[in-house]
Amino acid sequence: MQQIHLGPIDYAILGVYFAFVLGIGWTLRRFVKSSEDFFLSGRSIPAWIAGLAFISANLGAQEVIGMGASGAKYGMMTSHFYWLGAIPAMVFVGIFMMPFYYGSRARSVPEYLKLRFDEKTRGFNAITFAVMTVFSSGISMYALAKLLELILGWSFHTSVILSAAIVLAYIFLGGLTSAIYNEVLQFFLIVMGFLPLVLLGLKDVGGWSGLTAKLNTVATHAGYAPGAWSSSWRHLDAASANPMGVEWFGLVMGLGFVLSFGYWCTDFLVVQRAMAANSMTAARRTPLLAAIPKMLFPVLVILPGMIAIAMHGTGGGLLPVESDGTPNYNLAVPVMLAHYLPSGLLGLGLTALMASFMSGMAGNVTAFNAVWTYDIYQSHIRPGQSDQHYLRMGHFATVFGILLSVVAAYAATRFNNILDMLQLVFAFVNAPLFATFLLGMFWRRTTGHGAFYGLLIGTAAAAIHHGLVLPHGATPGLKGAFFGTVLHTYPSEMAQNFWTAIFAWSACFAATIAISLATKRNKSDDELKGLVYALTPRLTDHEIVWYKRPATLAVLVLGLTLVLNVIFW
Amino acid sequence: MKLDLRLPIGLMFTIFGVMLTLYGLVADPAIYARSLGININLWWGLVLLVFGLVMLGFALRAQRGLKSSDTHSTSTP
Repeated sequence: MQQIHLGPIDYAILGVYFAFVLGIGWTLRRFVKSSEDFFLSGRSIPAWIAGLAFISANLGAQEVIGMGASGAKYGMMTSHFYWLGAIPAMVFVGIFMMPFYYGSRARSVPEYLKLRFDEKTRGFNAITFAVMTVFSSGISMYALAKLLELILGWSFHTSVILSAAIVLAYIFLGGLTSAIYNEVLQFFLIVMGFLPLVLLGLKDVGGWSGLTAKLNTVATHAGYAPGAWSSSWRHLDAASANPMGVEWFGLVMGLGFVLSFGYWCTDFLVVQRAMAANSMTAARRTPLLAAIPKMLFPVLVILPGMIAIAMHGTGGGLLPVESDGTPNYNLAVPVMLAHYLPSGLLGLGLTALMASFMSGMAGNVTAFNAVWTYDIYQSHIRPGQSDQHYLRMGHFATVFGILLSVVAAYAATRFNNILDMLQLVFAFVNAPLFATFLLGMFWRRTTGHGAFYGLLIGTAAAAIHHGLVLPHGATPGLKGAFFGTVLHTYPSEMAQNFWTAIFAWSACFAATIAISLATKRNKSDDELKGLVYALTPRLTDHEIVWYKRPATLAVLVLGLTLVLNVIFW
Repeated sequence: MKLDLRLPIGLMFTIFGVMLTLYGLVADPAIYARSLGININLWWGLVLLVFGLVMLGFALRAQRGLKSSDTHSTSTP
């Protein structure tokens, strides 16, 4: 694609943003006195800020670029990541799981596993999570630098060093609070930077009706029914009827249940934001408040991709085309920015894009330094030190976490496959985790051995399933079938991922129950108070005004989500 | 609260709003061929300005409220 030329006004906007990011870190530095200030913001964050940070931490490269790309590639069905997956999962974590996370005073998700099960379950989760966050942050950095190289002609090294230095500075100074504040800043930047793009794009294609008409052409051209790109549920009766290549069961069970609940309910990256809230009610309201803007995000991140493919498919030739003739979906959002925004607003759009990449990195780094310091360093390497010692370790972990991310970013430029493989391994580890939490929180009979070996078996099941199946058109190897035989071919990678998750979750669920029944309980009812549903006193919200109660919010959020699903059926 | 987050948000968007509005007034209109002939810098600049000022307003009101309740509580023995 042709490079974008930035004017002085665009650089000025970027400069103002960087000044604010660093200024926030600088102002917050004097509030960091203990390790809990650094890793958990001293549990002092109001619900609305924690809520916006909860979704912003996840709003990294994968979301902004990836959801735009999926919007172009799969159309309206991409909304299932929000209206079927994320929102119900966020309601679940707020209503049912937060009482245990926040109430147990655990400082991290692995620490909850230690309290509920045992040290080995915590260790397994802590180590895989720590490695995963460092690599995610590295991938975010790599993606940002590659993108800036491509669209602005900036050197790869400059982008990596600049983004690493800024993220390092503001986390080092202000810890999690700094990361959270900047995530909220980024949230507003994304909304304000992308909304004019969406409005201009929609006006250009002739509104929603013009867009659906153009998308019908795209769909029939690709050999699907006319509405395949513009409806979310209508073409799910068979995998061959929609571009995503899934049928309703695989979608609802794989994406809606296992993957989404697994991510939003157990990933410390997001849960950490709610743990930083200033009260139990605030912690429970965090994901619920987050769900409200989250359900509107498809407008900002998916719609630009849909507009891009509509313009591309009806003669615009908007997107750059790969050598095999398919459009480069990953460039949908950057191309749209360059296509519609004039100098001035372009600066704001690019700033929003960079902000999202950087807060994605920062989210990973803050989660990494907490898990490293509390769950690995304090519990295995140097226990029993003073709080100031662990605070220093937190600062130090921030530095080496970012250094490792830089290394990962450079590794990605040379060995693309290694990162793909690692991501695959993490997917295997993460898929079964939700079964462990579900059983741990709602069945007191679940034992430490059951949880640990159940997780291992679930992970193995994911790997075995992936090793025996292949997405359509792929060659055996990283994409699947690494055992040599192909038992089944899925229509798409997406379908393969969903089914891998379903197998992993079911295997972990069954194995954890079986092993728990065969082993002795390692925690008494007394020790499990506050950690398991049946042994925890019910929270009563009578003292809160009815419209501020988590339950009221939950009903409202689910109702609105249902309406959205029906409108775009 | 340690630092009222609405303060930096309001300040930053007010600055962005002023920058874009002014740029919209002076820049060569030819650049708006991309944005369907709309002077989007001017219009969106004004939107950002309003958003920024509203945020600032909330932050300042909260601060004043905090101060007056402080003096109130110290004045009662």
